[in-house]
Amino acid sequence: MKCNDFLKELSDYLDGRITEDLKTELDEHLHWCHECHVVMNTTKKTIEIYRDNQIYELPTGLRTRLHDEIMKKCRGQQAKKDA
Amino acid sequence: MATIQKKAEEGITEELVLVHAAKAGDLEAFSQLVTRYDRNIFRIAQHITHNDEDAQDVVQDAFLKAYTNLAQFQENSKFYTWLVRIAVNEALMKLRKRRNDRTVSLDEDVETEEGSMPREVADWSPNPEQLYGQSELGDILKKTIQGLSPGFRTVFVLRDVEGLSTEETAEMLDLSVPAVKSRLLRARLQLRERLSRYFKAKQDGDGNQ
Repeated sequence: MKCNDFLKELSDYLDGRITEDLKTELDEHLHWCHECHVVMNTTKKTIEIYRDNQIYELPTGLRTRLHDEIMKKCRGQQAKKDA
Repeated sequence: MATIQKKAEEGITEELVLVHAAKAGDLEAFSQLVTRYDRNIFRIAQHITHNDEDAQDVVQDAFLKAYTNLAQFQENSKFYTWLVRIAVNEALMKLRKRRNDRTVSLDEDVETEEGSMPREVADWSPNPEQLYGQSELGDILKKTIQGLSPGFRTVFVLRDVEGLSTEETAEMLDLSVPAVKSRLLRARLQLRERLSRYFKAKQDGDGNQ
């Protein structure tokens, strides 16, 4: 297996969506290829760091305001429909 | 595992009950749907538009559009899937407007392999999160993901930040499963490459090979 072949399977490897046979082949490649090992490891960390550090949380005050605004508009729609 | 499955199924049934009630004109039921998903929609909108004001508009417009068109929701997909589809389209529209560019689409920039091939192969410090303070780290993560094309970052956000499946993501974005997979791989690799500049282990010499 070449590094390019490994790279193509990297996503499925990280998501655990590969067959046992392919996993064995990929693990074998990782065993001797330091570069692919680093790429695999740091890609895994990339996913984890975005998952663990939610960079866009909705602040409570804004959340309430948006919610009220949405429901006000929905009520307006409903009133138009009912009229 | 069985418990998780059961909980997910209960969640879907509950969602459907709320959708039926909302379709029948029950505003309180719709309000509960808003509470259920507003944070997710806000995150997705922020990731696509990278603009506070636009993201807030997207949240409002997406829910209002969902409410207005609720009768057309066929229920052969989950309500959330349908809602995200609406939100992604609204967010892309905002992005087009802001950039004054009608060509902004999920297909932008997907043909190029450039930037996806790993060049930086130094390992990261054992814990990159300790290298930077919380807000500095947040800035790095924002700046980095902003550098991806909208098509790439949307797929990455749905799959890796929101934790949706490849199939769900494909349905939400009207893409094929292989297209989602290929974009996800390239998005992950491009982010990895860019984050390496900040996170690579310093004691590693030049680290380049």
